Amino acid sequence: MYDHLQNPGLIKITTGVVTTMSILINQNSRVMTQGITGKTGQFHTRMCREYANGMDCFVAGVNPKKPGENFEGIPIYGTVQEAKQQTGATVSVIYVPPPFAAAAIDEAVAADLDLVICITEGIPVRDMIRTRDKMQGRKTRLIGPNCPGIITPDEIKIGIMPGYIHKKGRIGVVSRSGTLTYEAVAQLMEQGLGQSTCIGIGGDPVNGLKHQDVLELFNQDDETDAVLMVGEIGGSDEEECARWVKQNMQKPVVGFIAGVTAPPGKRMGHAGAIISGGKGTAQEKISIMEECGIRVTRNPAEMGSLLKAAL
Amino acid sequence: MKIHEYQAKDILRKFGVTTPQGIACFNVEEAVLAAEKLGGDLWVVKAQIYAGGRGKGGGVKVAQSIDAVREHADSILNMTLVTHQTSSQGQVVRRLLIEQGIDIRKEYYIGLVIDRVSQHVCLMASSEGGMDIEQVAANTPDKIHKVLIDPSVGLVDQDADNLARKIGIPESCIAETRTLLQGLYQAFDDTDASLAEINPLALIAGDHIMALDAKMNFDDNALFRHPEILALRDLDEENPEEIEAAKHDLSYIPLDGNIGCLVNGAGLAMATMDIIKLYGGSPANFLDVGGGATAEKVTEAFKLMLRNSELQAILVNIFGGIMKCDVIAEGVVMAARQVKLTVPLVVRLEGTNVKLGKKILAESGLPIISADNMADAAKKVIAATKPNLI
Repeated sequence: MYDHLQNPGLIKITTGVVTTMSILINQNSRVMTQGITGKTGQFHTRMCREYANGMDCFVAGVNPKKPGENFEGIPIYGTVQEAKQQTGATVSVIYVPPPFAAAAIDEAVAADLDLVICITEGIPVRDMIRTRDKMQGRKTRLIGPNCPGIITPDEIKIGIMPGYIHKKGRIGVVSRSGTLTYEAVAQLMEQGLGQSTCIGIGGDPVNGLKHQDVLELFNQDDETDAVLMVGEIGGSDEEECARWVKQNMQKPVVGFIAGVTAPPGKRMGHAGAIISGGKGTAQEKISIMEECGIRVTRNPAEMGSLLKAAL
Repeated sequence: MKIHEYQAKDILRKFGVTTPQGIACFNVEEAVLAAEKLGGDLWVVKAQIYAGGRGKGGGVKVAQSIDAVREHADSILNMTLVTHQTSSQGQVVRRLLIEQGIDIRKEYYIGLVIDRVSQHVCLMASSEGGMDIEQVAANTPDKIHKVLIDPSVGLVDQDADNLARKIGIPESCIAETRTLLQGLYQAFDDTDASLAEINPLALIAGDHIMALDAKMNFDDNALFRHPEILALRDLDEENPEEIEAAKHDLSYIPLDGNIGCLVNGAGLAMATMDIIKLYGGSPANFLDVGGGATAEKVTEAFKLMLRNSELQAILVNIFGGIMKCDVIAEGVVMAARQVKLTVPLVVRLEGTNVKLGKKILAESGLPIISADNMADAAKKVIAATKPNLI
């Protein structure tokens, strides 16, 4: 059962340096910002740079109309490909407005980046269906869209979450929400539990990494001891993940599903948070997760204590 | 966004989907004129509301004479139709569709939806037309056939034909059905629809295929590039509070409880409703003020909640991230003063500048009940709705 503990071969090598463990990103990640010149892109690029190793990590911006300019010393390139070649950045974060955001993802995928984090909210589903189709067989992983981003505490933050509420530790967090993730992190901190990596996968119906994809990564990560999974109504992402957990997960997983009281047929803020055709109810998700060995609390104030109890 | 049946049929006809001839009407005289213009000796008078289940609720009637059209139009217009898809108060009928009557031989079901697992558009079809498709899916899932559509090539002939054969469309109508299915997909794709449903699709006398009903919903995120769809919006069919909320960029959904909730973030907003219910209370609404909750937005949010005569208390639950708690607290104080709050207010703040935020609330002189965490907040707001127990 604990095969991974006997397998010290899982050491990641990035740019020739043996790094500390975490999933997807760490202090050696080099990041470009697509949409760096907009108000949101500027604000959050500044915040991300101020966090931990951010000054070293955020190395490029992309704007096809402003190549050669810079944002507070960060050089701006005309294309993702050029930014990658010039700076070695292999991760991108996107703040491009909704009508153009899917094309921005397409460009990052075509440039063979490792990871793309799309913060933009409100991208048409039709655009995302085409973008996901183009991603088939490509190496790029996508987080989002409509998500807070990803943070490996005390190393790097890529996204819009408040960095200071986190602390380095050994709990993985994955969630479809923004502020509910911060709530979960705050509860972990009350229990004295830091985090290995926290990922907001976003609230859209067609998106990149799913709960299961993230749990697969946490399962392989030597720096993660247990996982808190926060879901919500709509779709069947949590159910599929639960079935995978039952068969494969070697670490404790606890969960919470938001929306027990949500009425059917109503979009609860997120485009993807809707109970349709009697499917995607919180109760159904909770039942399947529990059948698959995931401890689930009905009380959103007890996410942290539940995880502590599972260690 | 939703539209009416007659509007969906107008769109689908442009993409080669065959429907009965019909005319939309707003009063009885128009209905009679429409029937006369359509001619023939059989008409259908159909209530136009966004919700489904109109037939069972008495909103669809067949007429065999012009007098009968007049009679049915008169009885259906302005009736309050309660179906399994409306609220319990029902929906007032303000528009009618008068259609030529059709000699139906067999009914099928066709639907297009976004399949989240495969991340493709999914074409569903069933031989069990005219029924509640959710029931068919639950009871006899083998009677629903599906095709996932590759966005780069669309609905190919072979997939369309195979699906038509699986649901028992006669061989003589396969080509006609292919044209209809491909037109339906093209309409779905071109208009950024999130749902397109034909229930029933009918095999009619003379061996032709025709869409007798049509339902289309659209992706709200794509309306910016479809002014022609946005123009179809019928505000009479939407909840007035939800319309008002949308104007202020608030996401608001009324519920039937008595505790108003004002929260930042959709996930946290749902969790706040859940914890109120868990501790024995009942939420009056879902309300997400979003990431940039200004004092103006908070004020509008309070006004919306206070429209509800059932409201007995308000819970504000804010996790300040980028949005700082002191800014939120100032917004809450300003809003509470401006709307002259008449119900108890419980505020739970967490996150950036939380101490400063709590200080602002405490020094405001307003009777604000402060809570330390979500559980504390839920308990306090429920207690506040039961004044005799405090």
